[in-house]
This record gives sequence, structure tokens and C-alpha cells, in this order.
Amino acid sequence: MKKILFIEDESALQKTFRVFIEQEGYKMVSALDGESGFNLAKLEKPDLILLDLILPRLNGFEVLEKLKEDYETKEIPVIILTNLENPDDINKALELGAKTYLVKSNYTLSELVEKVKKALEEER
Amino acid sequence: MKNKIIEQLNLKTQCKKYGLPLWQCPHFIFVVMGVVIMVTSLLAYFIGFRYVEDPLLICLVVMLITGFLFILSFVVVKSFENLAEASRMKLEFLAIISHQMRTPFSNLRWVIDLLNSGRVGEVQNDQQEYLKILKENSERMESLISQLLTASKFEQGKIPLKMAGFSLKTLTEKVITELKPLSNASNIEVKFECKEEIPDIFGDQDWIREVISNLLDNAIKYTKNKGEVKITIFKKGQKIYFEVKDTGAGIPKEDQKYIFEKFFRAQNILKKQTQGSGLGLFIAKSIIESHKGKIGFKSEAGEGSTFWFLLPIK
Repeated sequence: MKKILFIEDESALQKTFRVFIEQEGYKMVSALDGESGFNLAKLEKPDLILLDLILPRLNGFEVLEKLKEDYETKEIPVIILTNLENPDDINKALELGAKTYLVKSNYTLSELVEKVKKALEEER
Repeated sequence: MKNKIIEQLNLKTQCKKYGLPLWQCPHFIFVVMGVVIMVTSLLAYFIGFRYVEDPLLICLVVMLITGFLFILSFVVVKSFENLAEASRMKLEFLAIISHQMRTPFSNLRWVIDLLNSGRVGEVQNDQQEYLKILKENSERMESLISQLLTASKFEQGKIPLKMAGFSLKTLTEKVITELKPLSNASNIEVKFECKEEIPDIFGDQDWIREVISNLLDNAIKYTKNKGEVKITIFKKGQKIYFEVKDTGAGIPKEDQKYIFEKFFRAQNILKKQTQGSGLGLFIAKSIIESHKGKIGFKSEAGEGSTFWFLLPIK
């Protein structure tokens, strides 16, 4: 079973996303802040990471940087999922090695799940 | 420290920070005042030198005038600076608020999506209807927030344009197709006329699409069940002319000068329809002007309106 790590400080978003993604047959683990998100990534070795940018303790950029520096986690694809949509932020995230950059309010939940599924299939 | 001084001296970035045109920017006005003071002092000195005997007296008078002008300009610039600061804070406030509103909003939307999907229990008929209301209203709010964000970004000059050549004709056809459900629902036929082959224009396709979509959407909405909407495109010199003509409510004379202003909504429209943010035309104008184009309209109450824009070819 494929495993997804969702790092997001809004627990309501995690809750709703979990229902969708688990019914699609994936396992989801989650973290509410950047630091535990990074630790969880090392521990669980998920197949994909969904990462918010505005996070307590370590922000999304810092987490992404750490993930890409660590040999254990650098191969895991990271999808940025945020409400920031400045071109500067997008470029920065992509330069740091994010696979895709998605703006939350542009997608419905099911569209988002489709994106995640597609990303996982590409990885295979 | 050195960098800070250089930054202070760079008029363009300072003015951009306030989101103001050069002539309303305190830093620029300060420089202009300085030049004016220097010129007047020199003039006063040379004139005095010609007509007055006592050089000391001349120096005294010139110094007094200069001092007075200096204080005056200082006061003027200071008050300008306060105004500019207020306007900058307003812009920032708008940007922050609309951004902060998006987070609880994503929560709301996802929960509505989840309930609608039936994955947490079947939705009954009546409930479905109420959920639909929730969904529609959250979408309305969503579009309002994103319009607010766009408007504030344009005001701050923070929108980067992805410039490329594209066909305005093809783009218009796409927008007409996109809005087909709306025009069909309102029983309005959208006609499109573009007789000649027109050259590509140079601009950001996504933003121009926003303008066309906005103008057409307005035309359809405010015509409603009577008459037609017609789009015409042709080449006019080195520019492309685009117009949307409707036979709808029109804009009363007294409202016409405010029509492109933020949050403005015409009186006759408000009586019939209260929805809408009053930001669409402001954004359209900002987009066209950032492409070095022109936008305008002619209209008479009850007779319909014609909105047009001109964009340079290359």
C-alpha cells in the first residue's frame, strides 16, 4: 500500500483529505508542523509528501531543503500544497526540488486526489 | 548602511513601494521641490544683484526666501508622505486580509466537497439542496477574495506579465464557448464578427482572457432576456480594436465617470441585482493599461452599453 505524508497545520484539511485518500486505497500519515513532518518523513519513508508552506517551527521551504539534503528522503517526491501564489514562492519551491506546486483554492478535493494519484503513478 | 542610503535615493523603487505614480510620490516631489528652491534662490540672487545696491541685503532676502520655501516644501512633502503611507498600508491590509481569509476558506471548501461526495454518509434530497447553497456561496466568496487579491496586486504593480504573441480572435472564440451556459441560460445570443484576418497581439493571454470574459459576462448579465450581445474585432492602424455591444440596462449619465473605479456599482444595476464585487472593471482597466492599451465605453441608460479596448499589435 502506497503511503502519503501530509504536512499541514490545519487539522481540518488533514481530516477531509484523509477520508478521500484512504478510500482510494492509500495510507496517510500526517504532521502538524514542519519539524515533526521532517522527522516523520525519515521514519516512515512515504512514497509522496504533500507539504504546506506556512508551518510552525520549520516552514515549508526549510522542510523541503532538509528533505532534499538528507540522503534518506531526497528521492521522495514532494508536492507543495499551499495558498501562497507569488511567482517568487513558486520558483523558490521548484528550485529547491519540489515536484509540483499546487494552490489549494484552485482545486476541489477530488481534483487534488487525482493529482496525487497521477504523481504516484508517474513515480512507479 | 550604504545600501540603505542608495535604496532611499532610488526614486523608482521608493515610489513602487507606495504603489503610486511618480507625481504623487513624496520622494519625487521632494526632489522637485529641491530643484525649484535652488532655481528660485539663484534667480532671486541674480535679479537682486542687478537692481539692488547693497549685496548684504540681497543675501539676506535670498536667504529668507530660501528658508521660507524650504519649510513650506518640507511641510508639503511630509503630508504627502503620510498620505502615501496610508495608501500603502491600505494595500498591504487588503493583501493580508484576503490571504488570511483563504485558509479558513480552504477548510470550508474541502468539507463541502467531502459532504457532497457522499463518502461520509449518503446525502438526502433536501440536504443536497442546502449543500448546493453552501457550495455556491462559498464559490462566490472565493471569487471575491481572489478578485480582491488581484486588484491589490495590480495597485501595487506586483503582477508579472507573461508576454507572448497570440490571436485575439481565437481567444475570444474560446471565451464565448466558455460562457455559453450563462448566455444560454439568459436566452441571449452572442454574435461574433471578425471579418478580416487580424495579426497577433502581444500580451499575457491569461490576463487578456480575464478582460474579455469579464466584459462579456457583464454584457450577458445586464442584458438578461432582452436583445443580443455582439462582439466585434478589427484592426485599427497598429492596434487591434475589440468591442462588446449589448442592448441591456445601460449606465446612467451620473454614474459613468465612476464606472472603472474600485467597488463602484451603478445605481440602476443595484436595484435589479446586488451580486457582484464592483472590482471586475477596475481589474480590466488595470490589465489593459499594463499592456499599454486603452479601455473605454459608451452607454445610455436603457439603451445598452458598448465596452471597447485597444491593444497594440507588437
